[in-house]
Amino acid sequence: MPMEASDIIKFIKESIPDADVHIEDLRGDGDHYAATVISASFEGKSRVAQHQMVYKALQGRMGEELHALALQTAIPKS
Amino acid sequence: MENIIFDRIRKEIENNDVVLYMKGNAIFPQCGFSAAVVQILSQMGVPFKDINVMEDSEIRQGIKDFASWPTIPQLYVKGEFVGGCDIIREMYESGELQEMMRENKVPMENAA
Repeated sequence: MPMEASDIIKFIKESIPDADVHIEDLRGDGDHYAATVISASFEGKSRVAQHQMVYKALQGRMGEELHALALQTAIPKS
Repeated sequence: MENIIFDRIRKEIENNDVVLYMKGNAIFPQCGFSAAVVQILSQMGVPFKDINVMEDSEIRQGIKDFASWPTIPQLYVKGEFVGGCDIIREMYESGELQEMMRENKVPMENAA
């Protein structure tokens, strides 16, 4: 079941308000996305913990409605 | 119920240095993300135990709960969850994965 890129951004921003989110629809099918999420709240966290924060923001949709989301997280460069 | 599954997972990741929970097996991966991690480990020459979650629905769900991680594949080194496909790829490209294997004294045939 496809999911809109705008919904992905909305969910992430609801949970990580300062997040800078870029989404790319890899195949144009609303089902395979690549996301870059940049947030100061990732500071001091492991990559696994950063990705877990994003997955948590998606409230269980990852792996369900959202089949594929290649994820990259980063801390803003000051 | 959850404890039995978690115990099985714990036993696997404690008894094997490198464990990959994946869709399909190392020879016939059934998903591109799983295949990508198999390819990276093979390129590094790291021996690993592959566990096909498609053959066991309890493990398929259990491993997601175990790591609080919604997707397969999942790579474990010395009992610790390292990441899924994106993280492994990123760590491999930056050399961190090789570094981590070295630190954990995991044998690598191609330690470049």
